[in-house]
Amino acid sequence: MSTILRRRSFAAIALAAAVTLGAAACSGEEPAPGATEQITLNVDVFGNFGYEELYKQYMQEHPNIKIVERGTGSQLDAHNQQLTQRLAAGAGAGDIVALEEGVIISYLDKANLFVDLGEHGAKDLAGNFIPWKFQQGTTADGKILGLGTDVGSMAMCYRTDLFKKAGLPTDRAAVSALWPTWDDYINVGKQFKGKVKDAGFIDAVTNTYNTILMQKAGQGAGYTYFDKSGAMTIDTNPAVKDSYDLAVKILDAGLSAKLQAWSNEWNNGFKQAQFATIACPAWMTGYITSQNGDTGSGKWDIAAAPGGGGNWGGSFLAVPKQTKHAKEAAELVKFLTNPAGQIAAFKSKGNLPSSPQALADAAVKAAVNDYFSKAPTGDIFAKGALDLKPVYLGAKNAPVRTAVENALRTVEQGTKSAADGWKAAVEDGKKAAQ
Amino acid sequence: MLGRLDIKYSPYLYIAPFFVVFGIFGLWPLIYTLRMSLYDWDLGSTVETAKFVGLDNFVMFLKDDDFWNSVVNTLALFLMSTVPQLILALILANALNKRLRGRTLLRMGVLIPNITSVAAVSIVFTQLYSRDFGLINWLLGLVGIDPIEWQAHSWSSWVAISSMVDWRWTGYNALIFLAAMQSIPRDIYESASLDGASSWRQFWTMTVPMLRPTIIFVTIISTIGGLQLYGEPLLFTGGGNPLLGGSDRQSQTVTMFLMEQFYMKFELGRAATVAWLLFIMILVFSVINFLFTRSLRSADGTAKKKKVKR
Repeated sequence: MSTILRRRSFAAIALAAAVTLGAAACSGEEPAPGATEQITLNVDVFGNFGYEELYKQYMQEHPNIKIVERGTGSQLDAHNQQLTQRLAAGAGAGDIVALEEGVIISYLDKANLFVDLGEHGAKDLAGNFIPWKFQQGTTADGKILGLGTDVGSMAMCYRTDLFKKAGLPTDRAAVSALWPTWDDYINVGKQFKGKVKDAGFIDAVTNTYNTILMQKAGQGAGYTYFDKSGAMTIDTNPAVKDSYDLAVKILDAGLSAKLQAWSNEWNNGFKQAQFATIACPAWMTGYITSQNGDTGSGKWDIAAAPGGGGNWGGSFLAVPKQTKHAKEAAELVKFLTNPAGQIAAFKSKGNLPSSPQALADAAVKAAVNDYFSKAPTGDIFAKGALDLKPVYLGAKNAPVRTAVENALRTVEQGTKSAADGWKAAVEDGKKAAQ
Repeated sequence: MLGRLDIKYSPYLYIAPFFVVFGIFGLWPLIYTLRMSLYDWDLGSTVETAKFVGLDNFVMFLKDDDFWNSVVNTLALFLMSTVPQLILALILANALNKRLRGRTLLRMGVLIPNITSVAAVSIVFTQLYSRDFGLINWLLGLVGIDPIEWQAHSWSSWVAISSMVDWRWTGYNALIFLAAMQSIPRDIYESASLDGASSWRQFWTMTVPMLRPTIIFVTIISTIGGLQLYGEPLLFTGGGNPLLGGSDRQSQTVTMFLMEQFYMKFELGRAATVAWLLFIMILVFSVINFLFTRSLRSADGTAKKKKVKR
């Protein structure tokens, strides 16, 4: 009897535990909304957006709203994966989410997952953003998926110590004058390689290729791998083949140090002075500073990018449809991305504004970077961003771009010839678009 | 009355948690995934909005070179990591089975690589295999071999990744072998020694045959692990789009191919299809292993009979 009793009470405990577990799982709901609704808006970001002061100000003006930022300082990849999972699950995403440039483009044909900010007054805000930036966040049929925060812009960072060694000018105005076009850039590279054998002129060709493509597309048809009807144009758009050929020309001239971006070798290349120039969006200055460390201070400078402006990176804020507070979230997005908000973010974390008004602000214009020989970064990058013409990118841009980058990389690594690389780029690009 | 009910039904209650949890997290996802694999299921689709496409997804992947490339990579990695790993583990276990000083310490020691995180192991090995500053290329340089870009080719990334897997799992398998070896009675070794059998001969003609069931078990576990290989190749590839396994998909395994469908293409239905293809692949290998086991067990039985006769 006693053993049975003990066993039964054990079973009861097990059962009770199971029941509590189930109850706990159900108790995560928010209290029912009342008349004077007190709401919390979750903002999911990666890295640092520099919004702390803006949140304080907004909460003071709207006492019923509490803002919680999640994912501060996290990696972009982790942020993207988590967002994909939460969108697939239909729950758990923030009321506002940050979408990086490449990410928002791939969500353009999944616009049903996000609130159309155009329905919340964002249509009148086009003038607040650089035209190409506003267009990136807008679908072909005019839905506004996200509003721009910062841009990467594009310049060319170069090492003054290596330039001196090669007998090239080191002054940034003189260096910019060396390469108005990419062909000039290649010629300077050949001069450089004639004098300096143990360093490349450029880290790797892929990021340069992307810059060239955006410039050529802006000057040409206004699109890259897809036209506005969504048709694949990788083998019909002359901008793509021209950019590919230019990239191959850089490789043929032996300018590449063949250091794949984000690899350990690449990171080491900064420290060991293994390349003289690198395609340089505004945020790259921070990356170079941290990779090259104190020893590199004053050995870098920034010149204009050949061939006109460009952009790499930058983000948007969007509101997933699964939110319960679409209206309030949209209002907060508008507040954070207006010119004043962008200037505040620039002052806090140095994120380059995507608004022409903010780029013209005295504080942005006056910014210099001590590490880069006191280069006027605000001015240089503002110009790079404003010079770029709008380019339409299809929703499948990211996988196609990756396919072409990888084809170029195999040419760079010497496993494929330039012609075979182009064939692979077209083939894999078409396949990636499916 | 209550007591009798208790005796009759409470055993089921005790085993219920496993089956309930398995049902929720094992069986139901399996069925749901099968269903998804038959649809053109995008991110944001629901059962109502997704388009039913039947077996189209399966047919598409069976015709897809990139899928087969990932299968070849997975099988190559599986062979190159499992075979040397099990041989090494056997030799290691045999050594640990001897009377050594500090035996416990050594036995614990071989398990240390296994409790190190995949990320840490991958970072260290990626440094070792680094093109410009890696220890391995430096050693190869000493004998006059040019630096190898380990990530750039299939064969070289297979070598690098399988060495990572071996490093992590050899010790673990050695401990399992060791446990089995200790159940072999000592006296048969003594009599073999008296008969003049060398220790190599003892190992090969006595230890290995008597370990057969354990070898089979370890092989099956390694098969499942090997075919689902993900973390090591992903971290080894590095760079901007590690899920692709490099510029030419040199080191993309099936699991990475699956994740590519989900995270890079947002094709949930196709990801489910790859999951099922992988499941079928593992099933096929398990059946082969099972048939292999049966034939080996009978061989084991006859071996024992012979010994009795002798």
